This record gives sequence, structure tokens and C-alpha cells, in this order.
Amino acid sequence: MSLHATRRRRQASFRWTVVGVIGLFFALPIFSMVEFTTRAPGGGRTLNTWATLFNFSVIDADYPELKTGILASAGLTLLTVVIMLFLLVPTMTWVRLRLPGMRRTVEFICLLPLTIPAIVLVVGLAPVYAWVSYFLGESSLWLAFAYVVLVLPYAYRAVDAGLSAIDVKTLAEAARSLGAGWLTVMWRIILPNVRTAVLSAAFLSVALVLGEFTIASLFSRDNLQVAINLLGKRDASLAIAAALAALVLAFIVLIAMSFVGTGRRSHRPEEN
Amino acid sequence: MPATHMPTSDTAARSGPGQGVAVALTELRRSYGSIRALDGLTLNIAPGEFVALLGPSGCGKTTVLRVLAGLEDADSGRVEVGGKDITSVPTSARDMGMVFQAYSLFPHMTARQNVEFGLQLRRIPSARRRERVAEILDLVELSDQADRYAHQMSGGQQQRVALARALAIEPQVLLLDEPLSALDAKVRVQLRDEIRRIQLEVGTTTLFVTHDQEEALAVADRVGVMRAGNLEQLAAPQELYSRPATAFVAEFVGLTNALAATVEGDHALVLGTSVPLLPGSAQHGAATVLIRPESIAVTTDPTGRATVVTASFLGATGLLRAVTESGETVMAQIDNDAVATFIPGDKVSLTPRPNPALAVAADAR
Repeated sequence: MSLHATRRRRQASFRWTVVGVIGLFFALPIFSMVEFTTRAPGGGRTLNTWATLFNFSVIDADYPELKTGILASAGLTLLTVVIMLFLLVPTMTWVRLRLPGMRRTVEFICLLPLTIPAIVLVVGLAPVYAWVSYFLGESSLWLAFAYVVLVLPYAYRAVDAGLSAIDVKTLAEAARSLGAGWLTVMWRIILPNVRTAVLSAAFLSVALVLGEFTIASLFSRDNLQVAINLLGKRDASLAIAAALAALVLAFIVLIAMSFVGTGRRSHRPEEN
Repeated sequence: MPATHMPTSDTAARSGPGQGVAVALTELRRSYGSIRALDGLTLNIAPGEFVALLGPSGCGKTTVLRVLAGLEDADSGRVEVGGKDITSVPTSARDMGMVFQAYSLFPHMTARQNVEFGLQLRRIPSARRRERVAEILDLVELSDQADRYAHQMSGGQQQRVALARALAIEPQVLLLDEPLSALDAKVRVQLRDEIRRIQLEVGTTTLFVTHDQEEALAVADRVGVMRAGNLEQLAAPQELYSRPATAFVAEFVGLTNALAATVEGDHALVLGTSVPLLPGSAQHGAATVLIRPESIAVTTDPTGRATVVTASFLGATGLLRAVTESGETVMAQIDNDAVATFIPGDKVSLTPRPNPALAVAADAR
């Protein structure tokens, strides 16, 4: 066997070892969660916990905190994504078109939350939320403002990649010269061309909001993770099942993200 | 004080059916920090006329076009189209079609949808829209590409669709911002002729910005040469080439020899031969005369006062470079089949032909 083939085989086995170890790292806790949630009281296996989790009338009656948490997280997810997109996409487009010198500053501001621990954010946001509660009430939905800050770095990166892939300035100028106003430019020209990036930003935000615990817990608001934490004190098996379901949902969302918007590309013909 | 450049009746007569409108740019000024992109530029374009702006990088030619399109605001000055002051009218309301240097087709739309976009914004009924799109795609000979996306078309096809899109809205003015510069040489020549054919057919007033002088001279009714934010000369291509108003124009457009001469009245003594001078030339004394290579005759002469340096074959013609006894390098156009007869080191005689040339004072360059 040649030296080259031996080296290739070694590299392949090293790759598979790495993939195997990482896969195990992720799979083992998930397997343990499945194992725990399917334990029957007298030994053996049962799917009772999972049947309960997906029986909405039982959840509604016996585990209202879980229902509240799911609804709050669903609302928070939606509101966070909407605010983030309305705030970020037009701002980033405008900066590219009119204030290119501000790009680094905007990037810095958007990436800043990455460097600030959630607990520090809570300390800073506490006085702000005192006013939010005073004016808008105690609803958990207002956590969306804090969550928009949390998702900014990830959403910024996704949208920035999308905007970098097209010539925003030329496309906007072409549309404007044809008679389009700024809203038309945004809605009919920019957004369709950064659709994949916008969806990526939205999915990343969904995944992050679904997994957020610290801020909601410290502000004594409801969301899915807070509900799971509370549920764990009453019914550990159901809490783990709910956590696993949320994890699987986030996985599905992230996998969907990698498939959505990958359009076909054909070769450009030669000049003739 | 910048000169006002008015179209001649001759150039207006050369333009198309006359659907276009007059364009008047008056005393435009635009600065970017300390850089003056436009320095009091005044330019008048006749209805249906095709004007090309030519100049070195940074001379302000693209800025003129962008100010006319409303994509940039002038610091001062006035923009009038069809007699109306549109200086503060936003881009979207200016009714101008524009083709950009970069490919600007909307990537998520087919060629047909791109062309239809401007018509949709004008709320043209769908039946009329379809008719117009078919008509205009036919004009640019791309009817068979109507359902293709930008990434499925070549660069030349994309620019033709961009032209169709700009023309579909029947703009008052067509603006072309170096639309051919990203294309290869062959497609460039094809498309530039196409642009001229279409412009003559539709008669839209057109402003074409380019850094390629051959392109400008080939398609425009008048060519404006810009320098440092203002027009040096605006004239018909033939006039611009053969009667340059300034040394800059003479040297920027085409090849030019700058030769030492002595001016006596309306003639100058160059390479031992008397050459008639263009109006505006230096009046007397030592001067530099700007002579085109095709205005210098070359003959093989063992007693000649110049020595051949190179003789290059350029396809349709040849170019000879020779050094005179005084050390000046002279370019002369020769027949392509004569290139092989000149060998570096040969002695030649160089004789200026009696074509009018521009003389500038020796210390003015």
C-alpha cells in the first residue's frame, strides 16, 4: 500500500473519531433525557410522560405554569423576531446606502451584547424594566425588548452576510431611478434578495429566545425555561421531556434554516 | 468663468425622431470634503441628442450624471429638464432611465419582470405592460431570454436587459454610467453600436459617461471632455479630434505628439516644416505644437534627421516611433504593410502634413 493511501486512511479515521466523540458528547445527554423520561415506576419503559406532554387538556388543567410558559415563549419569539427585523434590516440597509462610514460603529454596537453576561444585562436593565412595568404592565411579552438586545449579535451577522452578497447601493439606485420610493425599494428589492439571511436571523433568534432562562427568571417573568425549571420541582420527568421537546424544536428550526432559501444556481453562459 | 456649451443645429439635426427633452445643467458645484468634483459645470443638451462625457478618473463625469439622476445633490447650481427646474425633485420622480456600470438587474426577477418593474410602479394596465415589455425586449433582441434570471445571462445580455428596463418607462432622459466597462472588448463594440441604434430609434435624450474615448467618439453626437470638475471642450467627435480647444483635450483624446516649434502668426515651424495653426493657438515665439501621428509623413531617407526606435503593427495601421536629432520622440502613423520595412536604427525623414494643429506657449504645459 502506498504511503499516500495510508496517510489518507489515517486522516479519514481521525476525522471519524472526532465526529464520533463530538456526536457522543451531544447524543449522550439526549439519550439520558430520553431514558429518564421513559422510565416506568416499577421498572421497564413507558411513554406516559410524553403522552402527558402532548395532551394539551391535561397540561392546561394540571400544569398551567407550563402552558403559560409555552405561550409566553411563543409570544416572545414572535415579538422579538418582528422587532429585531424591523429595527435591524432597514438600519443596516440605510447605513450601507447612506452612512457607510458608520458601519463599524453599528457593528460594534450590535456585537457588544456578546461581551456582556446576562446577569450584568439584568442589573442594567432592571431600572429600565421598572419603567416598562409602570407604563406597559407586568406582561412577560415586554421581555422581548431585552431579548432583541440579546439576539442582536447573531442577527447582525446573518443580515450582514446577506447584504454583503448583493450590491445594495446599485440595486436601490436602479429601483429609485425607475420610480420606486424607499418603502418599495425595501419591500420589493432588498428584502427578497436577503430573504435567506433574514430567515437565518429569525431562526437564530427563535432558538435563542426559546432557550433563554436567566433574564426571565431574574425579572420574575414567565417563559418556557422558567416554566420547565418550576415544573422540575413537581414532576422531574415531565420537565425533562419538555426541555427535550424544546431542544428538538430548536434543532428542527436550525436544520430548516440551512435548507430554506438555498436556490438553484445555473452557469452563466459565455458572452456571444 | 466656465463656458456655456450649446448644441448646434447640426448636432440636433443628427439626433433621432426628437421625443427627447432638452437638459440644462447650470453652474453645478459639488464637493466631497476638500475635493471639488464639480466646479461650476454648465452643460446644455438638445432634445434627442446623445452626449458623451469623457475624462480621466476623478474628473467629475459620473458626478454630473448622478446629480442629473438625483442620486447626488449639487451644492449649488440648477438642473432643468424640459424647461422645468428639477434640482430638488427626488430621484424616483425624475423620470429618468439609468444603466449602471455594475450589473444592476434585480437578481430575484426574470428579465421580463425586471423590465416590467418600472411599468408596474407607473400603474400601467397589465395588458399594455405585457405588450410594452415584449416590444422593448424585442428592441434589444432578447425576447428569447425573457424568462431568464440575471445569473442565467451573460454580462452583455444583462446590460441589454438593463437598457431595456431603463427604456421601458419611456424616460425623458437616458443616463448611461459606463455601462460597457465590465464587458469584454468584442461585446463592448457590439453593445455600443446597439445602444446607438436604439437611441436613434427611440430618440431619447441621452447622457453617456465613459472613460473609453473610442466609445465616446463612436456613438455620441457631441463629446464633452472633462477635467477637474468642468468641461474643457464640448464638440462633435470629428471637431474634438481634429480641432482640440486645449492642450489637455488634444493629449487626452487620441495620440498626440508634443513638438517644439516656433510660431509665426498663424503658422508654426515644426520639424523644419510650416504647419497652419488652429484658432486659439499661441501667437508668436517658442511653442509646443500638438500634432496627431497621422499628420506626420515618414519616408526612408539615409540622410534623414530622425532614427527609428520601433515600428509596431496595430492591425489596421502601424505606428512608428522615431527620435529626432534634438532628442524628441515622434509617433507617426504608417501603413500596416510598411511596418516590416522600418528597422530600428534606420534613418527617416519626418514631415508634418499641412493639417491645422494647436500650438501652446512652450511654458504653458
